[in-house]
Amino acid sequence: MLKKRIIPCLDVKDGRTVKGVHFESIKDAGDPIELAKRYAEEGADELVFLDITATSEKRKTITELVTKVAAEINIPFTVGGGISSLEDAQSIMQAGADKISINTSAILNPKLIVEIANEFGSQCVVLAIDTKLVDGEWMVFRNGGKTATSLKAVAWAAEGVRLGAGEILLTSMNHDGTKSGFALDITQAVSTSVNVPVIASGGAGLKEHFLDVFSQTKATGALAASVFHYQQITIKDLKKYLKENKISIR
Amino acid sequence: MIAILKYNAGNATSVANAIKKIGYEVLITDHKEALQKADKVIFPGAGEARSAMNYLNKTGLDQIIISLTQPVLGICLGMQLLCSHSEERNTPCLGIFPAKVRLFPPKDIVPHTGWNTLSNTDGVLFKDLQKESDCYFVHSYYAELCENTVATCDYILPYSVALQKDNFYAVQFHPEKSGSVGMKILQNFLAL
Repeated sequence: MLKKRIIPCLDVKDGRTVKGVHFESIKDAGDPIELAKRYAEEGADELVFLDITATSEKRKTITELVTKVAAEINIPFTVGGGISSLEDAQSIMQAGADKISINTSAILNPKLIVEIANEFGSQCVVLAIDTKLVDGEWMVFRNGGKTATSLKAVAWAAEGVRLGAGEILLTSMNHDGTKSGFALDITQAVSTSVNVPVIASGGAGLKEHFLDVFSQTKATGALAASVFHYQQITIKDLKKYLKENKISIR
Repeated sequence: MIAILKYNAGNATSVANAIKKIGYEVLITDHKEALQKADKVIFPGAGEARSAMNYLNKTGLDQIIISLTQPVLGICLGMQLLCSHSEERNTPCLGIFPAKVRLFPPKDIVPHTGWNTLSNTDGVLFKDLQKESDCYFVHSYYAELCENTVATCDYILPYSVALQKDNFYAVQFHPEKSGSVGMKILQNFLAL
């Protein structure tokens, strides 16, 4: 049976993980490779690296990191953050990433989805959508949630899939950072309107939240950062708990 | 020396990394003699069947592959190209295995993405593995069951996730991305 995926997200700046990481057993908690290895050993099903570097050295740094991750980690990983051209995608894929995640650049230039899908296949293209409830409508935001758009989340997800996105990474800005659970309604709305895998993101605080999103929506993956970084939840415990609750888990 | 076939649809980097980690020397090559002289050949693949076959036909690599006598392992698209025919743009393939490759009916999410269970595992690739191990899959087309099937998966329908005939081995999942289970399967192949 196909397993639901637990996906830790690592925010990377200048080649180092940010948001303090509190692993006692890790010598250098800022080293993304160390953290990625740790997660892979604990049973993470995939990893997402989100590059938040804002300098011109950016592409070189992230490409070097991807090369190192690919040499060390034998589970799939996605790289996102500031990928705005086919050339950006090429350098990251050639360095060994399995998937590319695009967000703002896909909104500004939807053809980028087509270009990356044609070059590497749809399975390599993850459309990341940041959404917020505005006057009863789940609207899409860009630039890390700073800029509103006129797009609605369900429609944009469907359009992205039509253009060639092979997966949707859906983050609820209302829930992100609250630790109050995933946004079940919009996750269900998006995951039932597209025929590609949907990863729920934003709001994970308890093991029960993962159970809710897997039992009440069609999402096949759940992403979280801080609950794993701070070891409020360990991946091992989480997977055991989900298995006990009859969720299909590796 | 382990040769990984270099062609227009291979993401060879991850496979090469995994094999190096296990402790073998790797060469990513499309050089005829290097392929023929290698101890083992890996035929990776991520991409589209028609353009991959066109490339193999044009370069003559198609004839090289089917005449190899050492153990050969097809991975993902590499496995599909070793079958007889793919529905992906109606493409005749290399014909090592009699299975046809078909598009999943849209009864569930396609592509089949994520970790799924190997069933009915049989043969050397799965030596010392637990019975119901999980591996990582990403694919929209599947190989039918056939007389060479040595492992199956049930996603939408039961299909072949591993094939074996003479010196040819093939897996639909990505052993290089399947954690410790995948590493064991690669080790089993490399130890042949």
